[in-house]
Amino acid sequence: MPRKSAYQPAKGQLIEARDLTKRYGATLAIDDLSFDVRPGLVTGFIGPNGSGKTTTMRLILGLDSPTNGEVTVGGKRYRDLPAPLREVGALIDAKAVHPSRTAYHHLLSLAQSNHIPTSRVHDVLGIVGMESAAGRRVGGFSLGMFQRLGIAAALLGDPPVLMFDEPLNGLDPEGIVWVRQLMRSLAAEGRTVFVSSHLMNEMAVTADHLIVIGRGRLLRDEGVSDFVESSSQRWVLVRSPQLNELSTLLKAAGAQVRVGTEESIEVTGPDSSAIGDLAAANGLTLHELATQRPSLEDAFMDLTRDSVAFRAGEAAS
Amino acid sequence: MTTTTAAVAGPAGAASVPRAAGFLDSLRSEWTKARTVPFTLWNLLAATVLGIGIGALISALAAHQYPKATALVRAQWDPTSTSGAGLSMAQLAIGVLGILIVTSEYSTGAIRSSLAAVPRRGRFLVAKAVVVLALSFAVTELIAFTAFFIGQALISGHAPTAALGQPHVLRALVGCGLYGALVGLLGLALGTLLRHAAGAITVLVALLFVLPGIAAALPASIEHTVEKFWPTQAGQQVTVVVRTAHTLPPWTGLGVLALFVAIVAAAALSVLIRRDT
Repeated sequence: MPRKSAYQPAKGQLIEARDLTKRYGATLAIDDLSFDVRPGLVTGFIGPNGSGKTTTMRLILGLDSPTNGEVTVGGKRYRDLPAPLREVGALIDAKAVHPSRTAYHHLLSLAQSNHIPTSRVHDVLGIVGMESAAGRRVGGFSLGMFQRLGIAAALLGDPPVLMFDEPLNGLDPEGIVWVRQLMRSLAAEGRTVFVSSHLMNEMAVTADHLIVIGRGRLLRDEGVSDFVESSSQRWVLVRSPQLNELSTLLKAAGAQVRVGTEESIEVTGPDSSAIGDLAAANGLTLHELATQRPSLEDAFMDLTRDSVAFRAGEAAS
Repeated sequence: MTTTTAAVAGPAGAASVPRAAGFLDSLRSEWTKARTVPFTLWNLLAATVLGIGIGALISALAAHQYPKATALVRAQWDPTSTSGAGLSMAQLAIGVLGILIVTSEYSTGAIRSSLAAVPRRGRFLVAKAVVVLALSFAVTELIAFTAFFIGQALISGHAPTAALGQPHVLRALVGCGLYGALVGLLGLALGTLLRHAAGAITVLVALLFVLPGIAAALPASIEHTVEKFWPTQAGQQVTVVVRTAHTLPPWTGLGVLALFVAIVAAAALSVLIRRDT
């Protein structure tokens, strides 16, 4: 398990889900889900669309009630927290703000509800770089500005636990880098950071730990590197001036061959030395022979292939 | 937009010892929300213009009809409710304000950040109710007293006028505010139950105008009972000085309306507590 040196257990709080189940009518959205989200780490929460990520976060926040099981933050149910924004900051739906209200008044109403000083509203507007937009009505905001406002709201109570549902949506590259650094620094301060995203490559550089769900069930709960390592997806990139002959030989040897980009093939089955030996034995020239390590995205696709709720070609939902 | 990576931590110790948030914090928050959306001002303005304008119009018309009126009409002449006739339209704007205060949160999704900030849903709804009651009461009183003085001035010289010192007049004017506050709360409860403004406004209009109108088409014996006990009509008895046939006494009438609104509000609270957001 990757642990950061700045690990400060006193500051963060544990999110504990136990046998969490949520049924909406006939749909089983969350199916017996148990996991811990620990302080001092960025925990990525990934799964295909419709796998239950947002539902899980709503259950943590007490917005929906579980059909069975329970989830606690620091040992307490969210509804029992005396000043919840000071303990859990969450970004669930950045656009869920009245369009006629200014950014400042939106944050002020949230701050007042949890007895957070007004000065903190100005602080968080500064942290997300929105001082100049504070007095503007949010109806005219871009998606990226909504995300910044939502992050400001999450930071308002200076909470030890933070949850972000798809915080990168609508952000420009600069904004993405900023959010990544923010998550890393929040975790480095010892806070619990739980972030869902469908951008796997972003999770690969931001998260320490991953919780992967599919169709409401827990698929994996492990460190990012362990997750990638455990993936079965490996292939060898081969370049050769005699690709056709080589492909035929490889297929005859039982390998799977895909046509890659720029005069290359991607071979699954034999490892690079077996392919090199085969080429040498048949007098074929190789220009490149490289084992491809799976990316987080590959590992994710491999794992969730069977648990995708909505797939292209199926009826749109 | 500038990007900063400034320290995120707030005032020292802010998070380490969370101070419990209380009802007054929720109330302050709901007041900020109510005063920072445009429909609050527009609805209050609409109520004021309708309430005072229609009151003045009816007062002028009724005053000029009075010399030609029959003895029966003269016997039931109530200058206080004549000048307050605009309340029948103003109450719609007030009820709609109560509805929008909550349905605007559902339509924008803001209800989720509101309930994440205040997970005690009873506290959330009661704080909203206090804001709605205060706004509704204040604007209805403003309308009632302003319309009263304008109306009496218009009536003066054509028909008998009312004065604050006369029996029941002050009770009727204060009663307007109480009635308006209950209509605002009814709107809030309907909005909470139905979550959509259009549906809630339809039910409100039915309760205030349509169903009492339909009752008038019923046989007299049934009609009189319905007229007497229909919550909004019963509640309006507190705003009149000269009591007519088939009506409840003022405070009993207001009690019937208060009971009805309390039942709808209790249903709204119970649904809000159980419902997923």
